Amino acid sequence: MDEMIRHILEILENDARASPEEIAALTGMSAQDVSQAIAKLEETGVIRHYKTIVDWDLVGENYVYAVIELKVTLERNQGYQVIAERIYKFPEVRSVRLLSGDYDISLTVRGKSMKDVAFFVAEKIATLDQVQSTSTHFVLKTYKEDGVILHEPESIQRLPVSF
Amino acid sequence: MRPPCDPSKFIAEAVKSIPPSGIRRFFDLVSGLEDVVSLGVGEPDFITPWHIREMCIHSLEKGQTSYTSNYGLPELRDELTRTYYKRYGLDYDPASEILITTGVSEALDIAIRAVVNPGDEVIVVQPSYVAYVPSVILAGGKPVIVSTHRDDDFSLTAEALKPAITSKTKAIVLNFPNNPTGAIMQQEGMEDIADLVVENDLFVISDEVYECLTYEGTHVPFSSLEGMKDRTVMLNGFSKAYAMTGLRLGFAMGAPDIIHSMMMIHQYCMLCAPITAQIGAIEALRNGKGEMERMVREYDRRRHFIMKGFNSIGLECCSPKGAFYAFPYIGDTGLSSSDFAERLLNEKKVVTIPGDAFGEAGEGFLRCAYAASLDDIKKAIERMGDFLDKLKQ
Repeated sequence: MDEMIRHILEILENDARASPEEIAALTGMSAQDVSQAIAKLEETGVIRHYKTIVDWDLVGENYVYAVIELKVTLERNQGYQVIAERIYKFPEVRSVRLLSGDYDISLTVRGKSMKDVAFFVAEKIATLDQVQSTSTHFVLKTYKEDGVILHEPESIQRLPVSF
Repeated sequence: MRPPCDPSKFIAEAVKSIPPSGIRRFFDLVSGLEDVVSLGVGEPDFITPWHIREMCIHSLEKGQTSYTSNYGLPELRDELTRTYYKRYGLDYDPASEILITTGVSEALDIAIRAVVNPGDEVIVVQPSYVAYVPSVILAGGKPVIVSTHRDDDFSLTAEALKPAITSKTKAIVLNFPNNPTGAIMQQEGMEDIADLVVENDLFVISDEVYECLTYEGTHVPFSSLEGMKDRTVMLNGFSKAYAMTGLRLGFAMGAPDIIHSMMMIHQYCMLCAPITAQIGAIEALRNGKGEMERMVREYDRRRHFIMKGFNSIGLECCSPKGAFYAFPYIGDTGLSSSDFAERLLNEKKVVTIPGDAFGEAGEGFLRCAYAASLDDIKKAIERMGDFLDKLKQ
Protein backbone atom coordinates (compact mmCIF):
# COMPACT_ATOMS: atom_id res chain seq x y z
CA MET A 1 0.00 0.00 0.00
CA ASP A 2 1.13 3.51 -0.81
CA GLU A 3 2.41 5.27 2.35
CA MET A 4 0.25 8.32 1.63
CA ILE A 5 -2.90 6.22 1.28
CA ARG A 6 -2.09 4.63 4.63
CA HIS A 7 -1.77 8.11 6.20
CA ILE A 8 -5.11 9.22 4.72
CA LEU A 9 -6.93 6.09 5.90
CA GLU A 10 -5.44 6.25 9.40
CA ILE A 11 -6.40 9.90 9.75
CA LEU A 12 -9.97 9.29 8.54
CA GLU A 13 -10.41 6.12 10.57
CA ASN A 14 -9.57 8.18 13.63
CA ASP A 15 -11.52 11.29 12.62
CA ALA A 16 -14.00 10.98 9.78
CA ARG A 17 -14.49 14.74 9.77
CA ALA A 18 -10.87 15.56 8.86
CA SER A 19 -11.04 17.84 5.83
CA PRO A 20 -8.83 17.48 2.75
CA GLU A 21 -7.03 20.67 3.84
CA GLU A 22 -6.33 19.23 7.28
CA ILE A 23 -5.13 15.95 5.82
CA ALA A 24 -2.94 17.88 3.39
CA ALA A 25 -1.29 19.72 6.28
CA LEU A 26 -0.55 16.41 7.97
CA THR A 27 0.91 14.63 4.99
CA GLY A 28 2.58 17.29 2.87
CA MET A 29 0.24 16.46 -0.04
CA SER A 30 -1.86 19.14 -1.74
CA ALA A 31 -5.52 19.37 -0.69
CA GLN A 32 -6.52 18.63 -4.25
CA ASP A 33 -4.49 15.42 -4.34
CA VAL A 34 -6.03 14.40 -1.03
CA SER A 35 -9.56 15.00 -2.35
CA GLN A 36 -8.82 12.96 -5.44
CA ALA A 37 -7.31 10.13 -3.43
CA ILE A 38 -10.33 10.08 -1.08
CA ALA A 39 -12.77 10.12 -4.00
CA LYS A 40 -11.00 7.10 -5.44
CA LEU A 41 -11.00 5.30 -2.09
CA GLU A 42 -14.74 5.92 -1.81
CA GLU A 43 -15.36 4.81 -5.36
CA THR A 44 -13.48 1.56 -4.97
CA GLY A 45 -15.20 0.80 -1.68
CA VAL A 46 -12.05 1.01 0.46
CA ILE A 47 -13.83 3.72 2.42
CA ARG A 48 -17.25 2.19 3.12
CA HIS A 49 -18.94 4.74 5.26
CA TYR A 50 -18.41 7.70 7.58
CA LYS A 51 -20.07 7.45 10.96
CA THR A 52 -20.20 8.84 14.46
CA ILE A 53 -19.87 6.92 17.69
CA VAL A 54 -22.62 8.23 19.98
CA ASP A 55 -22.95 7.71 23.72
CA TRP A 56 -26.77 7.70 23.76
CA ASP A 57 -26.87 7.21 27.53
CA LEU A 58 -25.65 10.76 28.02
CA VAL A 59 -28.74 12.22 26.33
CA GLY A 60 -31.10 9.94 28.20
CA GLU A 61 -31.76 7.57 25.31
CA ASN A 62 -31.19 4.32 27.12
CA TYR A 63 -30.90 1.87 24.28
CA VAL A 64 -30.57 -1.80 25.11
CA TYR A 65 -28.08 -3.84 23.14
CA ALA A 66 -27.84 -7.61 22.90
CA VAL A 67 -25.49 -10.02 21.23
CA ILE A 68 -27.43 -12.93 19.68
CA GLU A 69 -25.76 -16.21 18.79
CA LEU A 70 -27.48 -18.18 16.06
CA LYS A 71 -27.14 -21.74 14.94
CA VAL A 72 -28.51 -22.16 11.45
CA THR A 73 -29.16 -24.95 8.98
CA LEU A 74 -28.28 -24.27 5.41
CA GLU A 75 -30.65 -25.20 2.66
CA ARG A 76 -29.64 -26.87 -0.54
CA ASN A 77 -27.85 -24.53 -2.96
CA GLN A 78 -27.82 -21.72 -0.42
CA GLY A 79 -24.88 -20.43 1.55
CA TYR A 80 -24.83 -18.22 4.62
CA GLN A 81 -25.31 -15.13 2.46
CA VAL A 82 -29.04 -15.74 2.11
CA ILE A 83 -29.73 -15.97 5.83
CA ALA A 84 -27.38 -13.07 6.53
CA GLU A 85 -29.29 -10.91 4.06
CA ARG A 86 -32.64 -11.80 5.63
CA ILE A 87 -31.27 -10.78 8.99
CA TYR A 88 -29.32 -7.63 8.20
CA LYS A 89 -32.29 -5.94 6.54
CA PHE A 90 -33.94 -5.42 9.94
CA PRO A 91 -32.95 -1.95 11.17
CA GLU A 92 -32.85 -3.30 14.73
CA VAL A 93 -29.85 -5.40 13.72
CA ARG A 94 -26.65 -3.36 14.06
CA SER A 95 -24.10 -5.96 12.96
CA VAL A 96 -24.05 -9.46 11.51
CA ARG A 97 -21.02 -11.70 11.49
CA LEU A 98 -20.33 -15.26 10.37
CA LEU A 99 -18.12 -16.97 12.93
CA SER A 100 -16.10 -20.13 13.30
CA GLY A 101 -16.76 -22.32 16.34
CA ASP A 102 -19.81 -23.48 18.30
CA TYR A 103 -22.38 -21.33 16.59
CA ASP A 104 -22.60 -19.80 13.14
CA ILE A 105 -23.79 -16.22 13.17
CA SER A 106 -23.46 -13.45 15.72
CA LEU A 107 -25.59 -10.34 15.56
CA THR A 108 -25.92 -7.21 17.61
CA VAL A 109 -29.44 -5.95 18.12
CA ARG A 110 -30.51 -2.58 19.47
CA GLY A 111 -33.88 -1.89 21.04
CA LYS A 112 -35.65 0.48 23.40
CA SER A 113 -36.01 -2.09 26.18
CA MET A 114 -35.08 -5.65 27.05
CA LYS A 115 -38.62 -6.70 26.23
CA ASP A 116 -38.35 -4.98 22.89
CA VAL A 117 -35.17 -6.88 22.03
CA ALA A 118 -36.46 -10.19 23.38
CA PHE A 119 -39.65 -9.96 21.34
CA PHE A 120 -37.74 -8.95 18.23
CA VAL A 121 -35.52 -12.02 18.54
CA ALA A 122 -38.43 -14.33 19.34
CA GLU A 123 -40.67 -13.06 16.57
CA LYS A 124 -38.35 -12.08 13.77
CA ILE A 125 -35.17 -14.11 14.14
CA ALA A 126 -36.05 -17.36 15.90
CA THR A 127 -38.93 -17.91 13.53
CA LEU A 128 -36.80 -17.90 10.40
CA ASP A 129 -36.75 -21.32 8.75
CA GLN A 130 -32.99 -21.67 8.76
CA VAL A 131 -32.55 -20.71 12.41
CA GLN A 132 -32.06 -23.72 14.63
CA SER A 133 -31.50 -21.96 17.93
CA THR A 134 -30.83 -18.53 19.37
CA SER A 135 -29.02 -17.46 22.48
CA THR A 136 -29.45 -13.84 23.62
CA HIS A 137 -26.85 -11.99 25.74
CA PHE A 138 -27.80 -8.51 26.91
CA VAL A 139 -25.02 -5.93 26.98
CA LEU A 140 -24.62 -4.45 30.45
CA LYS A 141 -21.93 -1.89 29.66
CA THR A 142 -19.81 -0.97 26.67
CA TYR A 143 -16.24 -0.07 27.54
CA LYS A 144 -14.78 0.21 24.08
CA GLU A 145 -16.56 0.59 20.74
CA ASP A 146 -14.78 0.18 17.45
CA GLY A 147 -11.40 1.20 18.86
CA VAL A 148 -12.79 4.07 20.93
CA ILE A 149 -12.63 3.83 24.73
CA LEU A 150 -15.87 5.37 25.98
CA HIS A 151 -14.96 6.36 29.52
CA GLU A 152 -11.23 6.87 29.96
CA PRO A 153 -10.40 7.60 33.55
CA GLU A 154 -6.70 8.40 33.41
CA SER A 155 -4.76 11.39 32.23
CA ILE A 156 -0.99 11.46 32.50
CA GLN A 157 0.94 14.52 33.59
CA ARG A 158 4.27 15.04 31.89
CA LEU A 159 6.91 17.55 32.87
CA PRO A 160 6.16 20.68 30.82
CA VAL A 161 9.86 21.13 30.07
CA SER A 162 12.52 18.48 29.51
CA PHE A 163 15.55 17.95 27.29
CA MET B 1 30.43 23.17 70.83
CA ARG B 2 31.61 22.07 67.41
CA PRO B 3 31.90 24.88 64.85
CA PRO B 4 29.28 25.28 62.05
CA CYS B 5 30.30 24.19 58.61
CA ASP B 6 29.76 25.35 55.05
CA PRO B 7 29.09 22.12 53.14
CA SER B 8 29.64 23.80 49.76
CA LYS B 9 33.38 23.62 50.31
CA PHE B 10 33.15 19.86 49.95
CA ILE B 11 31.83 20.06 46.39
CA ALA B 12 34.28 18.73 43.80
CA GLU B 13 35.75 21.16 41.27
CA ALA B 14 34.55 19.06 38.35
CA VAL B 15 30.93 19.35 39.49
CA LYS B 16 31.26 23.08 40.05
CA SER B 17 32.54 23.48 36.51
CA ILE B 18 29.41 21.98 34.96
CA PRO B 19 27.59 24.81 33.20
CA PRO B 20 24.11 25.59 34.59
CA SER B 21 21.14 24.00 32.85
CA GLY B 22 19.59 26.21 30.18
CA ILE B 23 16.02 25.35 31.14
CA ARG B 24 15.91 25.39 34.92
CA ARG B 25 14.56 28.93 34.71
CA PHE B 26 11.71 27.72 32.50
CA PHE B 27 10.59 25.21 35.08
CA ASP B 28 10.09 28.02 37.54
CA LEU B 29 8.38 30.24 35.01
CA VAL B 30 5.95 27.54 33.88
CA SER B 31 4.79 26.48 37.33
CA GLY B 32 2.28 29.14 38.34
CA LEU B 33 1.05 29.75 34.79
CA GLU B 34 -2.24 28.39 33.50
CA ASP B 35 -3.35 27.54 29.97
CA VAL B 36 0.24 26.80 28.97
CA VAL B 37 0.88 24.98 25.69
CA SER B 38 4.14 23.10 25.79
CA LEU B 39 6.38 22.31 22.85
CA GLY B 40 9.16 22.02 25.38
CA VAL B 41 8.90 18.35 26.18
CA GLY B 42 11.67 15.94 25.24
CA GLU B 43 9.59 12.78 25.38
CA PRO B 44 6.79 11.09 23.45
CA ASP B 45 3.25 12.15 24.36
CA PHE B 46 2.14 8.55 23.90
CA ILE B 47 1.82 6.21 26.83
CA THR B 48 3.92 3.04 26.61
CA PRO B 49 1.95 0.58 24.42
CA TRP B 50 -0.34 -1.53 26.56
CA HIS B 51 1.14 -4.90 25.61
CA ILE B 52 4.48 -3.71 27.00
CA ARG B 53 2.95 -2.31 30.20
CA GLU B 54 0.88 -5.47 30.59
CA MET B 55 4.01 -7.60 30.37
CA CYS B 56 5.71 -5.45 33.03
CA ILE B 57 2.66 -5.80 35.31
CA HIS B 58 2.52 -9.54 34.75
CA SER B 59 6.20 -9.89 35.65
CA LEU B 60 5.59 -7.99 38.89
CA GLU B 61 2.64 -10.22 39.71
CA LYS B 62 4.85 -13.25 39.18
CA GLY B 63 7.39 -11.71 41.52
CA GLN B 64 10.16 -10.98 39.02
CA THR B 65 11.82 -8.33 41.12
CA SER B 66 15.36 -9.62 41.47
CA TYR B 67 18.70 -8.36 40.18
CA THR B 68 19.66 -9.46 36.70
CA SER B 69 23.09 -10.17 35.26
CA ASN B 70 25.20 -7.00 35.27
CA TYR B 71 25.05 -7.13 31.49
CA GLY B 72 21.25 -7.39 31.53
CA LEU B 73 18.80 -10.24 30.91
CA PRO B 74 20.24 -12.70 28.38
CA GLU B 75 16.88 -12.90 26.55
CA LEU B 76 16.94 -9.14 26.05
CA ARG B 77 20.49 -9.20 24.69
CA ASP B 78 19.52 -12.07 22.38
CA GLU B 79 16.58 -10.06 21.08
CA LEU B 80 18.83 -7.04 20.48
CA THR B 81 21.28 -9.17 18.55
CA ARG B 82 18.47 -10.53 16.39
CA THR B 83 16.93 -7.08 15.90
CA TYR B 84 20.14 -5.37 14.76
CA TYR B 85 21.12 -8.26 12.55
CA LYS B 86 17.74 -8.11 10.87
CA ARG B 87 17.69 -4.32 10.55
CA TYR B 88 21.24 -3.64 9.41
CA GLY B 89 23.15 -6.92 9.17
CA LEU B 90 25.07 -5.84 12.28
CA ASP B 91 26.30 -8.82 14.25
CA TYR B 92 26.79 -8.21 17.98
CA ASP B 93 27.54 -11.11 20.31
CA PRO B 94 24.88 -11.06 23.05
CA ALA B 95 27.34 -12.43 25.61
CA SER B 96 30.13 -9.90 25.22
CA GLU B 97 29.13 -7.00 23.00
CA ILE B 98 25.88 -5.72 24.55
CA LEU B 99 25.28 -3.99 27.89
CA ILE B 100 21.82 -3.07 29.15
CA THR B 101 21.85 0.26 30.98
CA THR B 102 19.53 2.50 32.96
CA GLY B 103 18.60 4.73 30.05
CA VAL B 104 20.97 6.09 27.43
CA SER B 105 22.02 8.65 30.05
CA GLU B 106 23.86 6.01 32.03
CA ALA B 107 25.26 4.38 28.88
CA LEU B 108 26.67 7.75 27.85
CA ASP B 109 28.27 8.42 31.21
CA ILE B 110 29.96 5.04 31.46
CA ALA B 111 30.99 4.97 27.80
CA ILE B 112 32.82 8.25 28.29
CA ARG B 113 34.31 7.17 31.60
CA ALA B 114 35.42 3.90 30.00
CA VAL B 115 37.56 5.61 27.38
CA VAL B 116 38.54 9.06 28.64
CA ASN B 117 41.74 9.72 30.59
CA PRO B 118 42.26 13.05 32.37
CA GLY B 119 43.25 15.63 29.77
CA ASP B 120 41.90 13.69 26.79
CA GLU B 121 39.97 15.79 24.35
CA VAL B 122 36.53 14.64 23.32
CA ILE B 123 34.81 16.28 20.39
CA VAL B 124 31.17 17.09 20.98
CA VAL B 125 29.11 18.06 17.95
CA GLN B 126 26.59 20.81 18.75
CA PRO B 127 23.75 21.70 18.81
CA SER B 128 23.10 18.46 20.63
CA TYR B 129 21.66 16.84 23.70
CA VAL B 130 22.78 18.58 26.87
CA ALA B 131 24.49 15.67 28.67
CA TYR B 132 27.57 15.24 26.48
CA VAL B 133 29.68 18.16 27.70
CA PRO B 134 29.04 17.56 31.44
CA SER B 135 29.74 13.84 31.03
CA VAL B 136 33.11 14.61 29.45
CA ILE B 137 33.92 17.14 32.18
CA LEU B 138 32.97 14.70 34.95
CA ALA B 139 35.26 12.09 33.40
CA GLY B 140 38.16 14.58 33.58
CA GLY B 141 38.20 15.06 29.82
CA LYS B 142 38.17 18.27 27.87
CA PRO B 143 35.15 18.87 25.65
CA VAL B 144 35.96 20.39 22.27
CA ILE B 145 32.96 21.78 20.44
CA VAL B 146 32.34 21.41 16.73
CA SER B 147 29.31 23.22 15.38
CA THR B 148 26.89 22.17 12.68
CA HIS B 149 25.07 24.77 10.64
CA ARG B 150 21.75 25.48 9.06
CA ASP B 151 23.39 25.66 5.62
CA ASP B 152 24.34 21.99 5.95
CA ASP B 153 20.92 21.06 7.36
CA PHE B 154 22.76 20.66 10.67
CA SER B 155 24.60 17.53 9.59
CA LEU B 156 28.28 17.19 10.39
CA THR B 157 30.83 17.75 7.65
CA ALA B 158 34.42 16.49 7.56
CA GLU B 159 35.56 20.07 6.88
CA ALA B 160 34.01 21.26 10.12
CA LEU B 161 35.37 18.33 12.09
CA LYS B 162 38.94 18.30 10.82
CA PRO B 163 40.30 21.50 12.43
CA ALA B 164 39.05 20.39 15.85
CA ILE B 165 41.13 17.24 15.89
CA THR B 166 44.43 17.47 17.77
CA SER B 167 46.98 14.94 19.00
CA LYS B 168 45.00 14.82 22.25
CA THR B 169 41.67 13.95 20.67
CA LYS B 170 40.47 10.61 21.94
CA ALA B 171 36.86 10.35 20.90
CA ILE B 172 33.94 12.03 19.23
CA VAL B 173 30.33 12.06 20.36
CA LEU B 174 27.76 11.92 17.57
CA ASN B 175 23.98 12.29 17.90
CA PHE B 176 21.96 11.59 14.76
CA PRO B 177 18.98 11.75 14.38
CA ASN B 178 19.69 14.87 16.37
CA ASN B 179 18.07 16.43 19.39
CA PRO B 180 17.37 19.43 18.99
CA THR B 181 17.70 19.97 15.22
CA GLY B 182 16.04 16.81 13.87
CA ALA B 183 18.98 16.44 11.48
CA ILE B 184 20.09 13.07 10.17
CA MET B 185 23.35 12.15 8.42
CA GLN B 186 23.54 10.89 4.85
CA GLN B 187 25.75 7.88 4.27
CA GLU B 188 28.31 9.79 2.12
CA GLY B 189 28.82 12.39 4.82
CA MET B 190 29.27 9.66 7.39
CA GLU B 191 31.88 7.89 5.25
CA ASP B 192 33.93 11.12 5.20
CA ILE B 193 33.72 11.29 8.98
CA ALA B 194 34.72 7.61 9.20
CA ASP B 195 37.83 8.33 7.09
CA LEU B 196 38.83 11.11 9.49
CA VAL B 197 38.19 8.84 12.45
CA VAL B 198 40.55 6.20 11.08
CA GLU B 199 43.19 8.72 9.99
CA ASN B 200 43.33 10.15 13.49
CA ASP B 201 42.74 6.89 15.33
CA LEU B 202 39.63 8.10 17.17
CA PHE B 203 36.85 6.34 19.04
CA VAL B 204 33.20 7.13 18.29
CA ILE B 205 30.38 7.34 20.81
CA SER B 206 27.22 7.38 18.75
CA ASP B 207 23.96 8.23 20.52
CA GLU B 208 21.29 6.84 18.21
CA VAL B 209 18.32 6.90 20.56
CA TYR B 210 16.14 8.51 17.86
CA GLU B 211 17.07 5.81 15.34
CA CYS B 212 13.53 4.55 14.79
CA LEU B 213 12.18 8.08 14.38
CA THR B 214 13.63 8.65 10.92
CA TYR B 215 11.07 9.94 8.42
CA GLU B 216 13.02 10.54 5.25
CA GLY B 217 15.62 8.07 4.08
CA THR B 218 16.82 5.24 6.30
CA HIS B 219 18.88 5.41 9.43
CA VAL B 220 22.50 4.28 9.04
CA PRO B 221 24.17 3.24 12.30
CA PHE B 222 27.70 4.62 12.43
CA SER B 223 28.93 1.17 13.43
CA SER B 224 27.55 -0.31 10.21
CA LEU B 225 30.07 1.65 8.11
CA GLU B 226 32.96 -0.43 6.92
CA GLY B 227 35.65 -0.77 9.58
CA MET B 228 33.69 1.21 12.20
CA LYS B 229 32.16 -1.54 14.33
CA ASP B 230 35.09 -1.92 16.71
CA ARG B 231 35.73 1.84 16.84
CA THR B 232 32.18 2.71 17.76
CA VAL B 233 29.98 2.20 20.75
CA MET B 234 26.36 2.60 19.77
CA LEU B 235 24.17 3.99 22.53
CA ASN B 236 20.49 3.43 22.16
CA GLY B 237 17.34 2.83 24.15
CA PHE B 238 13.64 2.22 24.35
CA SER B 239 12.47 5.65 25.52
CA LYS B 240 11.72 7.29 22.21
CA ALA B 241 10.84 4.41 19.89
CA TYR B 242 8.55 2.65 22.36
CA ALA B 243 7.50 5.64 24.49
CA MET B 244 9.17 4.17 27.59
CA THR B 245 11.04 7.24 28.93
CA GLY B 246 10.21 6.79 32.61
CA LEU B 247 11.08 3.11 32.56
CA ARG B 248 14.70 4.14 32.04
CA LEU B 249 16.12 1.54 29.72
CA GLY B 250 19.02 1.86 27.32
CA PHE B 251 21.78 -0.26 25.90
CA ALA B 252 25.28 -0.05 24.50
CA MET B 253 26.68 -2.17 21.70
CA GLY B 254 30.36 -2.30 20.88
CA ALA B 255 33.58 -4.26 20.94
CA PRO B 256 33.96 -6.74 23.84
CA ASP B 257 36.80 -4.72 25.46
CA ILE B 258 34.72 -1.55 25.47
CA ILE B 259 31.53 -3.23 26.69
CA HIS B 260 33.46 -5.07 29.38
CA SER B 261 35.07 -1.84 30.59
CA MET B 262 31.69 -0.13 30.66
CA MET B 263 30.32 -3.08 32.63
CA MET B 264 33.17 -2.67 35.15
CA ILE B 265 31.78 0.79 35.98
CA HIS B 266 28.11 -0.17 35.58
CA GLN B 267 28.37 -3.07 38.06
CA TYR B 268 29.32 -0.65 40.84
CA CYS B 269 27.30 2.43 40.00
CA MET B 270 24.11 0.69 38.84
CA LEU B 271 24.58 -3.06 39.33
CA CYS B 272 21.93 -3.73 36.70
CA ALA B 273 19.13 -1.96 34.90
CA PRO B 274 15.65 -2.33 36.44
CA ILE B 275 14.31 -5.80 35.70
CA THR B 276 10.72 -4.67 35.08
CA ALA B 277 11.86 -2.35 32.33
CA GLN B 278 14.07 -5.08 30.83
CA ILE B 279 11.09 -7.44 30.64
CA GLY B 280 9.05 -4.70 28.98
CA ALA B 281 11.88 -4.15 26.50
CA ILE B 282 11.91 -7.83 25.50
CA GLU B 283 8.20 -7.54 24.74
CA ALA B 284 8.83 -4.31 22.81
CA LEU B 285 11.40 -5.97 20.58
CA ARG B 286 9.37 -9.14 20.08
CA ASN B 287 5.94 -7.66 19.46
CA GLY B 288 6.21 -3.88 19.43
CA LYS B 289 6.95 -3.14 15.80
CA GLY B 290 3.36 -2.41 14.78
CA GLU B 291 2.67 0.02 17.62
CA MET B 292 6.04 1.67 17.16
CA GLU B 293 5.45 2.21 13.45
CA ARG B 294 2.00 3.59 14.19
CA MET B 295 3.53 6.16 16.56
CA VAL B 296 6.21 7.04 14.00
CA ARG B 297 3.55 7.66 11.33
CA GLU B 298 1.70 9.88 13.78
CA TYR B 299 4.88 11.90 14.51
CA ASP B 300 5.48 12.15 10.79
CA ARG B 301 2.05 13.73 10.27
CA ARG B 302 2.65 16.21 13.08
CA ARG B 303 6.04 16.98 11.53
CA HIS B 304 4.35 17.99 8.28
CA PHE B 305 1.76 19.91 10.24
CA ILE B 306 4.21 21.94 12.33
CA MET B 307 6.44 22.69 9.33
CA LYS B 308 3.46 23.98 7.40
CA GLY B 309 2.44 26.00 10.45
CA PHE B 310 5.86 27.63 10.83
CA ASN B 311 5.85 28.35 7.14
CA SER B 312 2.46 30.08 7.43
CA ILE B 313 3.66 32.42 10.18
CA GLY B 314 6.90 33.19 8.36
CA LEU B 315 9.33 31.20 10.52
CA GLU B 316 12.17 29.69 8.56
CA CYS B 317 12.87 26.08 9.46
CA CYS B 318 15.03 23.33 7.95
CA SER B 319 12.96 20.24 7.36
CA PRO B 320 13.71 17.93 10.28
CA LYS B 321 14.16 14.38 8.99
CA GLY B 322 14.35 12.58 12.31
CA ALA B 323 13.57 12.74 16.06
CA PHE B 324 10.48 14.79 17.01
CA TYR B 325 11.84 18.32 17.04
CA ALA B 326 11.60 21.25 14.68
CA PHE B 327 14.29 23.92 15.00
CA PRO B 328 13.01 27.16 13.51
CA TYR B 329 15.22 30.22 13.07
CA ILE B 330 14.17 33.25 15.07
CA GLY B 331 17.37 35.29 14.68
CA ASP B 332 15.63 37.75 12.33
CA THR B 333 13.52 39.07 15.18
CA GLY B 334 16.55 40.65 16.81
CA LEU B 335 15.88 38.71 20.01
CA SER B 336 18.22 36.11 21.42
CA SER B 337 16.88 32.57 21.71
CA SER B 338 16.48 32.86 25.46
CA ASP B 339 14.75 36.26 25.30
CA PHE B 340 12.43 35.01 22.58
CA ALA B 341 11.55 31.82 24.45
CA GLU B 342 11.08 33.63 27.73
CA ARG B 343 8.88 36.35 26.28
CA LEU B 344 6.90 33.79 24.28
CA LEU B 345 6.22 31.95 27.50
CA ASN B 346 5.36 35.02 29.53
CA GLU B 347 3.28 36.76 26.88
CA LYS B 348 1.70 33.88 24.97
CA LYS B 349 2.11 30.93 27.34
CA VAL B 350 3.90 28.72 24.83
CA VAL B 351 6.85 26.70 26.07
CA THR B 352 9.75 26.20 23.69
CA ILE B 353 13.41 25.59 24.48
CA PRO B 354 15.95 28.23 23.44
CA GLY B 355 18.41 26.75 20.95
CA ASP B 356 21.47 27.93 22.86
CA ALA B 357 20.59 25.48 25.65
CA PHE B 358 22.05 22.90 23.24
CA GLY B 359 25.28 24.79 22.65
CA GLU B 360 26.24 28.15 21.22
CA ALA B 361 25.57 26.89 17.71
CA GLY B 362 21.90 26.76 18.66
CA GLU B 363 21.71 30.52 19.27
CA GLY B 364 19.11 32.07 17.00
CA PHE B 365 16.93 28.95 17.03
CA LEU B 366 14.14 27.43 19.11
CA ARG B 367 13.55 23.76 19.80
CA CYS B 368 9.89 22.95 19.31
CA ALA B 369 8.89 19.38 20.09
CA TYR B 370 6.04 18.08 17.97
CA ALA B 371 5.50 15.12 20.28
CA ALA B 372 2.38 17.01 21.33
CA SER B 373 -1.27 16.75 20.37
CA LEU B 374 -2.34 18.37 17.11
CA ASP B 375 -4.58 20.73 19.06
CA ASP B 376 -1.62 21.90 21.12
CA ILE B 377 0.57 22.32 18.06
CA LYS B 378 -2.19 24.30 16.35
CA LYS B 379 -2.65 26.52 19.39
CA ALA B 380 1.09 27.03 19.79
CA ILE B 381 1.51 28.08 16.16
CA GLU B 382 -1.37 30.57 16.39
CA ARG B 383 0.08 32.10 19.51
CA MET B 384 3.58 32.21 18.03
CA GLY B 385 2.12 33.94 14.97
CA ASP B 386 0.49 36.56 17.19
CA PHE B 387 3.75 36.99 19.06
CA LEU B 388 5.72 37.51 15.86
CA ASP B 389 3.16 40.04 14.62
CA LYS B 390 3.48 41.94 17.86
CA LEU B 391 7.28 41.96 17.57
CA LYS B 392 7.08 43.47 14.10
CA GLN B 393 4.92 46.39 15.24
